[in-house]
Amino acid sequence: MIPGPTGLVPIANDADFYIHELIPLEIGGTTVHITTTHVCTIIVVLVLMVLTLVLRHAFFKAEREGKMTTLSTIVELGVDTLVHFVEGSMGKKGAKHYINYIGALFLYIFFCNTAGIFGLRPPTADYGTTLCLALISFVMIEYADIRYNKLNMVKGLFEPFPLFFPMNVISIFSTPLSMSLRLFGNILGGTVLMALFYGMLPWFAKVGTPAALHVYFDIFSGAIQTYVFCMLTVTFISDKRGDSGLA
Amino acid sequence: MNGNFDGNDLVHAFSALGAGIAVCSGIGTGIGQGNAAGLGAQAVGRNPGAKGTIMSTMLLGQAVAETTGLYGLVVALLLMFVKPFDK
Repeated sequence: MIPGPTGLVPIANDADFYIHELIPLEIGGTTVHITTTHVCTIIVVLVLMVLTLVLRHAFFKAEREGKMTTLSTIVELGVDTLVHFVEGSMGKKGAKHYINYIGALFLYIFFCNTAGIFGLRPPTADYGTTLCLALISFVMIEYADIRYNKLNMVKGLFEPFPLFFPMNVISIFSTPLSMSLRLFGNILGGTVLMALFYGMLPWFAKVGTPAALHVYFDIFSGAIQTYVFCMLTVTFISDKRGDSGLA
Repeated sequence: MNGNFDGNDLVHAFSALGAGIAVCSGIGTGIGQGNAAGLGAQAVGRNPGAKGTIMSTMLLGQAVAETTGLYGLVVALLLMFVKPFDK
């Protein structure tokens, strides 16, 4: 982490993909900093709040007046896709507990990943963000395991052979590690490559020319990593619950 | 011959070398993901109606398979920018 005056990566800066520490705070004797990631996370969350309030208002207004508008159709389409996505893996009964969480997770990660187009440094390019997201999913998976299998969970660690016990324990802990590292590595790799590419161009080519790279690294890769993260969470939870995946 | 080398120079040199070797884990990723893409294309050819499901499954499998290649990238970035072995 490098202290510096700029938090966001402006177009004219060369090859700067580091996290800058902006405002030092003294808490309990140690110095922590407000970093680039904090600023970008706050911006992403504010944009999400405004977007969801606008969509919610449009949806309820269209429902009250009884006619369909573009925004209300978008809302219905989004919720339908989300419900089908979760029910496809978990069945109708189990899905209703998890639709809210998966919807929020999907929106947050997607907006975080695509923040690179707007000049922000994506918050998911910081391992702190992805580790926390993966740990939340990990807690949900293990809670589903404990609650629906109770004592069979310990017996499950010794399947199929008792010799597999260390491998099963390791595979429990490798789930959040691999989920967080996958998201972090993809987005950080994209950020580093984009910054190096920007640093290579002359000043007049920095606007417009790298658009193709943005489409691949920010939109395409960001959307696929979002889908994979949510799909893996849902798949692991439905695995532990023992749902068959049929309605 | 005996220039002013401090211990850090040796560490930096070998970190750079190690970073280069670490990214070679991308070879396996490339082969595996290309294989999966080929099988996905074959499946679409056999059953063009199921293209949506096949593509989702293929993308999911490829993103999971990419993880081990990413471990190499993360190690390389750690060596080059976080420099954990500095004195």
